[in-house]
Amino acid sequence: MAAINFGYTISKPRVIDLDRNNLRKSDEILREMPELQTCIGCGACTAICTAGNLTSFNFRRVHTLVRRGEYQGAYEEMNKCMLCGKCRLVCPRGINTRGVVMLIKRKLGDF
Amino acid sequence: MKKRIIVIGGGVAGMQTALRLAEQGIEPVIVEKEPELGGKLRGWHVLFPTFTPAEQVLTDLRRRINERGIEVMTSTEVVGLEPRSVALADGRRLTCDSVVLASGSTLFDASIKEEYGYGIYDNVFTSADLERMFNEGRVAKADGSAPRRIAFLHCVGSRDEKVCQQHCSKVCCVTGVKQAMEMKRLFPEADVFNFYMDIRMFGPGYEELYREAQQSYNIHFVRGRISEASPTLEGRVQIKAEDTLTGRPLRMSVDMLVLLIGMRANDDNARLADGAGLQRARSGFMAPRDLFLGNVASNVDGIFYAGTVTAPKTIGESLNEATAAADAAVRYVEA
Repeated sequence: MAAINFGYTISKPRVIDLDRNNLRKSDEILREMPELQTCIGCGACTAICTAGNLTSFNFRRVHTLVRRGEYQGAYEEMNKCMLCGKCRLVCPRGINTRGVVMLIKRKLGDF
Repeated sequence: MKKRIIVIGGGVAGMQTALRLAEQGIEPVIVEKEPELGGKLRGWHVLFPTFTPAEQVLTDLRRRINERGIEVMTSTEVVGLEPRSVALADGRRLTCDSVVLASGSTLFDASIKEEYGYGIYDNVFTSADLERMFNEGRVAKADGSAPRRIAFLHCVGSRDEKVCQQHCSKVCCVTGVKQAMEMKRLFPEADVFNFYMDIRMFGPGYEELYREAQQSYNIHFVRGRISEASPTLEGRVQIKAEDTLTGRPLRMSVDMLVLLIGMRANDDNARLADGAGLQRARSGFMAPRDLFLGNVASNVDGIFYAGTVTAPKTIGESLNEATAAADAAVRYVEA
């Protein structure tokens, strides 16, 4: 007899656990592009992003998650970027944001 | 006969006030409650944003005080003041022509924020503890080993209704950046995280220092206030925060948690203000007569302010304000 499905599920913990996350890839990315660490989270990149205005793509959020060792889905997210480079024009810290997209895709292609 | 002005407090503001008064032919008297001059700068290691040794500033001020033969009364506590006299704890009353109040402020007692475990768990420190450890040349965990992961928490005792401290202490942001860099220099292999609500880099060179900390020192800045700290079985400190820039809760354990404590108003401000008819701000700090054209004057003629007695300030600002306060007092006594 099949088990009765009462509709209960177990939620996956949403917490970012820096004791468990493997920061090796994140460190590699930051070593190659230390300027990414100067991000102050202003959101100008996301505000101007055409992809972000039409889809759920949020560049600022994705690269911040990658820096915390949360790689799941980052590659797919970065694929939404059309590499137009407008984000780079508005970044007050002068970060090569387009380069960050390409770097993350290169480093996390297998995630 | 020389005019005599009493300077209450022998920190950097009080010392600079006295020097400026003496330069202008006034006889200053410094009244300091501690056994020696120096105030909060005593025990501090280096100053932001240039990493100038605090001792260098103090030594220079003390030397000039000595050279000028300025009268200094140490271990002497003031219990009341008027424009023409100051009452001491031992019952004596010193007469004068004017008073400059440079009695400074008090460091926030981090143990009040019980959720961070200061004084309860090993390996929770304050920024003042860290300066002392830098000076002693021995920065380490409670068991003497080197930390591999260090977290700084900004705004402890600042911008916090829960502890009746609504104001921003303003210098802790850049102190946190400076101390994070010092830790990274001492422990290059360690990961350093700064948890902040806002990073307020208001002074010359501060923003540049912040950027250097991010880009060249690899210091991680996480926007989110730590909600609680708890000990782990291995003697580390587990902290929880929201990484507000990703909208996700964040958890990690660290070897050292450093609380960047703010400045609060001295407890005896209330008594001094009541006795002299001085006005205080809502924060408990003394309120200057006017924030623009009378920012070193009090609402009582003949009583002036210098340094952090009116609000949190940097060393440079306290020194500048001391010069302005001395000049205002000289104008008053010579009018």
